[in-house]
Amino acid sequence: MMYLETVAVDYTKEVAENVWVIGFRSARITEVLRPGQFLNIKPDSSYDPLLRRAYSVHRVDGDKIELIYNVHGKGSAIFAAKRPGDPLDVMGPLGVPFRLDGKFKKGILVSGGLGIAPMPILGEALHQRGYDVVNIHGARNASMIVQDDRLRNPHYATDDGSLGLHSNVVQAVEHYLDRDHSNDSVRLFACGPNKMLDSLTEFCANRDLDLKVSLECQMACGIGICQGCPVEMKRGNRKYTLVCMHGPNYDVGDLVLESLPTEHG
Amino acid sequence: MSISTEITIRNVTFKNPVLTASGTFGYGLESPDYVDVSQLGGVVTKSISRKPRDGNPPQRIAETPAGMLNSIGLANVGVDVFLNEKLPALRKVNATVIVNIAASSIEEYAYVLERCEEHEGIGGYEINVSCPNVKDGGLSFGTNCPAVAEMTRELRGRTEKLLAIKLTPNVTSIGEFAHVCEAEGADAVSCINTFVGMDIFVDSRRPKIATITGGFSGPAILPMALAKVYEVRKAVSIPIIGIGGITTAEDALKFLIVGASLVQVGTALFIDPGAGPTIAEGIVAYMERNGITSLTELIGSLDTSLQPSLIAAGWE
Repeated sequence: MMYLETVAVDYTKEVAENVWVIGFRSARITEVLRPGQFLNIKPDSSYDPLLRRAYSVHRVDGDKIELIYNVHGKGSAIFAAKRPGDPLDVMGPLGVPFRLDGKFKKGILVSGGLGIAPMPILGEALHQRGYDVVNIHGARNASMIVQDDRLRNPHYATDDGSLGLHSNVVQAVEHYLDRDHSNDSVRLFACGPNKMLDSLTEFCANRDLDLKVSLECQMACGIGICQGCPVEMKRGNRKYTLVCMHGPNYDVGDLVLESLPTEHG
Repeated sequence: MSISTEITIRNVTFKNPVLTASGTFGYGLESPDYVDVSQLGGVVTKSISRKPRDGNPPQRIAETPAGMLNSIGLANVGVDVFLNEKLPALRKVNATVIVNIAASSIEEYAYVLERCEEHEGIGGYEINVSCPNVKDGGLSFGTNCPAVAEMTRELRGRTEKLLAIKLTPNVTSIGEFAHVCEAEGADAVSCINTFVGMDIFVDSRRPKIATITGGFSGPAILPMALAKVYEVRKAVSIPIIGIGGITTAEDALKFLIVGASLVQVGTALFIDPGAGPTIAEGIVAYMERNGITSLTELIGSLDTSLQPSLIAAGWE
């Protein structure tokens, strides 16, 4: 079940440089929401910006929902200016959730920048199902790292070494795995820039590691009616998958990652 | 006061004048949680082609002020899957179904239409001669008046069902195209498909969509679409299906007043898939407020007589 409803904003707060969280409540949505799903939100009622924006759900607590976003354009600037009580036009939950079943003992949640978005809700769901959870989160520098003490087993990496490992996030994954002598079977869940997903895909292929990715993609409708968000498939009976409807969560082996657009408007 | 929003064209009675535009509502089956399609005047399907089509590579869409560009490339399941899987499901939910057909030759248009003729549950056809995004999407037809005439004649000879031709605004005189459709027996013309549009990133100097130009739609095009409907209204007497940027009941009323008998809602469905029934309710509310009992009182009721103040100012 998906809903279209107007909720009231509870709060917004800046949690890292230019990274904001917006909180609101919806008992109907939290009841059916699963990790990795997203909400499609209209910034305001005007025609400019016209379209909804897709946001992975970041955290859920009871009927409380948190989304996380960068301020980089018209839509997100409007979100950042929201005040408690302001209306928010929300559609969802949308998309196919992360696959949580399978033979692994430890979930390694790898995020670059705003790729942190779906990780807290995913980490909690994995923990509740008895999996071990490790978060490896990278950003350009310390001020851009989302430091959240509720993250399970967080490891940080920065490009400039100002926090955690002085490395990119894929090197941080390598660093972690090389020092993890538990011999636990792992599944990696990743979200972040396409370049990061590319290099993590190569790394996982070389080590024969199970990798699921959550894609970010510009959409119009979010429900499969506009067909605006295709990504090429490596196999299957159709050339393209629609990120909104068949994704945003995929087994990386199914995708032609090069077909993802590299620049957003 | 008993209000009727029914409109009959050929042998199809639409319960209200609000339809979903082709390519903006999938196959009418994707959003059951948000909209009851039986509350729509009708569902115009995604363009159906002879063979399945993958569509264009990403990036397919870009947002613009009060509008958007798209270049989907007529991605669709093809006529066989449509007839075997989508149509039965649409019939179950009591939709009035208008099948939109795209092709690159008269033979192909005729093939798809004839396949559809073998099946129950189709109210009529809308022929897409105006997709700007693929070489064989019909625009080569849509900008060639004799080709539109011949295609209309050929299809008219193959069906007794409602036949509407969806026209492109990307021509010098849309009225001439509407005129040949009428002359060759079309029951209606759909005005309009998208305008050709373009946007780029200045930093990378690259186009925002993969095909460089695309179809421009959304609230931004409404005044241009309305002017096209006005032009077509003067050129033909067959019904017009008004399309272009309709988001509210007020928008839809403008098209009806200028002369459209039906309207289609497109891009607005991406923001609210349930916009169609909401607009239909808004039209009823307007009729109640204004003591209008039948849509025929409204359609084409545009008052172009000059305002007294303008006459006094020498505008007459």
